[in-house]
Amino acid sequence: MNGNRHPLFMPLIFVGGLIFGFGLGFSHMARPEVVLNFLQFQDFGLLFVMGGAAVVSGVAFALMPRLRERAPLTGDTYGRRLKPFDRNVLIGGAIFGVGWGLSGICPGAAYASLGVGNVTILWALAGMFVGAYIQGVWRSQRATSESTPTGAD
Amino acid sequence: MVTELIAPALYETLFPAGISRYAVGGLLVGLGAVVIYLGTGIPAGASTFLESTLSYVSDQSRFQQYRGSRDWRIVFTLGIVAGAAVYALTFQSGLVSSGLYQPGTTGELREVGGLTIWLTDVQPWRLFLGGILVGIGTRIGKGCTSGHGVCGVGSASKTSIVGVITFLAVAIGTAQIVMALGVSP
Repeated sequence: MNGNRHPLFMPLIFVGGLIFGFGLGFSHMARPEVVLNFLQFQDFGLLFVMGGAAVVSGVAFALMPRLRERAPLTGDTYGRRLKPFDRNVLIGGAIFGVGWGLSGICPGAAYASLGVGNVTILWALAGMFVGAYIQGVWRSQRATSESTPTGAD
Repeated sequence: MVTELIAPALYETLFPAGISRYAVGGLLVGLGAVVIYLGTGIPAGASTFLESTLSYVSDQSRFQQYRGSRDWRIVFTLGIVAGAAVYALTFQSGLVSSGLYQPGTTGELREVGGLTIWLTDVQPWRLFLGGILVGIGTRIGKGCTSGHGVCGVGSASKTSIVGVITFLAVAIGTAQIVMALGVSP
């Protein structure tokens, strides 16, 4: 898929990221303190960030599949973001929740935080890569051992 | 408007910084995701970048499965960093102002050659330890605040709604405990 991508594919991804990151900066979500203030019930503004973003994406995700079949730059069909539910959603969500509650930072906001000049956030970014690496190695190895034949039965 | 529906004192308590910067910022976050979705059909999330980028340095199958998207995920992340930098150059530096934007009082602002950068006061150990848990949890839990919270909830996905309720409830509990233990900032 890398060879014959539309020439506007990468520029569009960048522009989307640009708007996304500007929004995270403008809404102060790139500031862990503001997220912690929400989680500690001192400022409920974050609800409007999540709500505003979900409303905009909700309209697009509901309308686009009815208006057009395929996306212009990839030829992919418009679908919704649906992932199968299993207990990993609860386990992972809970682990993420502890990390978010402790640090006040999530992945997208951490990238944006670097953009507003917050070099201290490199601690969080380093932690995220370490965490993603730990679970990746563990789950890769478990997947390998499960798919290896285990003898007679 | 919301301001007229509830008593001013209550509004002030719930939203000491107003709601406009949050609502406008949220709409832009949604718009950024929608621009990518309209052009490509991809419901983008921010946390897959962590694993897809690790595929450059590790052969583990968990990371290698993202080889096909790792290049554009880097571009997406660089876009996020650049977009926030544009905000820093304009609103954060005071070059541009708006009635919809209220500056904050958190953290530390520092002047660096005409640009105002912002630095957090939250202690590095909290960021690092929290970051590790965020890295593990978002990947096991199939998404983060953007994947589940923006694109998933926007898709009315039950998995994502359950995911958001889970991490939101646990995060509130954790942050309340951290505060009760007197850990600050």
